[in-house]
Amino acid sequence: MKVGVLALQGAAELHLAALRSIGVAAAAVRRPDELADVDRLILPGGESTTISMMLDANGLTGPLAERLAGGMSTLGTCAGLLLLAAEVSDGRDDQHCFGALDISARRNAYGSQTESFEADLPIAPLGPSPMTAVFIRSPIVERVGPGVEVLAHLDGHPVLCRQGRVWGCTFHPELSGDLRLHRLFCEETA
Amino acid sequence: MTAAEPSDAVAATPPAPLGRAQGTMRVKRGLAEMLKRGVIMDVVTAEHARIAEDAGAVAVMALERVPADIRRDGGVARMSPPEMIESIVEAVTIPVMAKARIGHFAEAQVLEALGVDYIDESEVLTPADEAHHIDKWQFTVPFVCGATNLGEALRRISEGAAMIRSKGEAGTGNIVEAVRHLRSITGDIRRITVADSAELYDWAKRLQAPVALVREIAEGGRLPVPMFCAGGVATPADAALVMQLGAEAVFVGSGIFKSDDPATRAKAVVEATTNFDDPAILLKVSRGLGEAMPGLELENLETRLAERGW
Repeated sequence: MKVGVLALQGAAELHLAALRSIGVAAAAVRRPDELADVDRLILPGGESTTISMMLDANGLTGPLAERLAGGMSTLGTCAGLLLLAAEVSDGRDDQHCFGALDISARRNAYGSQTESFEADLPIAPLGPSPMTAVFIRSPIVERVGPGVEVLAHLDGHPVLCRQGRVWGCTFHPELSGDLRLHRLFCEETA
Repeated sequence: MTAAEPSDAVAATPPAPLGRAQGTMRVKRGLAEMLKRGVIMDVVTAEHARIAEDAGAVAVMALERVPADIRRDGGVARMSPPEMIESIVEAVTIPVMAKARIGHFAEAQVLEALGVDYIDESEVLTPADEAHHIDKWQFTVPFVCGATNLGEALRRISEGAAMIRSKGEAGTGNIVEAVRHLRSITGDIRRITVADSAELYDWAKRLQAPVALVREIAEGGRLPVPMFCAGGVATPADAALVMQLGAEAVFVGSGIFKSDDPATRAKAVVEATTNFDDPAILLKVSRGLGEAMPGLELENLETRLAERGW
């Protein structure tokens, strides 16, 4: 099994490092042939508008839509969650959302960077000890569809959810050094 | 403002309600991580800001005049007026940075109250303090600072900077200084990774930097915070050059809006930064850009901005 990390822009290196440290083969994805070569994919944080434009520039928009429609196991964090969402508000009209996760999300919903924060977040499937969840200019999930399972909440908003093989979180598991979510994503969908 | 101590930023942050903390070093560095492999563009109007976002910029730097104009006009360059920064915050959805003068912590307080996403304590503005930089640990908003060498970078990090950028020589369209700074920083990092434990004390002495940070470099083989490039980037190939030399993202100042066709050039620099190691794409995006900004030879400069800061 090989896990790709979309590496057009954003925090790709930290995801690649997290995957390698749990013993998973990992590779950066910037071109269609690199996408074709991986079994599952992480869409990292970054600026969702930039990543969306670079998907077009590098010819990845069509191939990524096909892989998502084909049921590829995918984890989207922050900007990556916006790419997976069915609907995004407060973004740009032209930014892609592939609709692989039936949620509506509001971009940068907490405010400017001074409102960014870290919080101890209980996540039931990860066991009793909470995860340090880092929220950087994060989106808020405002609606989840009937097929979406919410695995963690903060202030009544879903912050980690999944729909079949597609996972999305509004925080950054790659920033805390806690590998449990990466491990769960790799094991659960195997 | 939330105080965070240099020793252990995360643990030392006062407990917030619900086990929450803002302004920790992890949160500050976190935004820098999100900007990697991206381009941050200097903009002076809301219209510029929209052009930058349309081209795929990851953030904009709101300022009154681009460095080339500051250099031409002379005089004291200060923080931009709040109305001007707010008009840019209104115009875009991406993060907005703004510059404070070196050592001018009151300008930084104003920018934090205004809600900018990052403060650049910048040598492009006229320094306000000849000995002290801002104590950046006293702020919730993160700071980026310029550096010409590793010692300067580590002193800024010890003061709480969450991102380092090369200084380059802003407003010249000449990449040679940024290359010198990046090579100096990455060269010393490589040398430190092969030093023995006794030699690390000597490195700390020579760099005039805390030994704990020197040790962190010896172990990690990299700066403890993201390292971006600024100063003199004018073409897609310039961006690719500095990325291949180890920069993790690129600031473009005068290079976009002092060129013939800013929108096209901005997009080309963004694509070159994402694909910095793919010559076929670099060739493609280097075509049809029109004239780059006029460049300046460094020997002919009256003011060397990179020499500001201590």
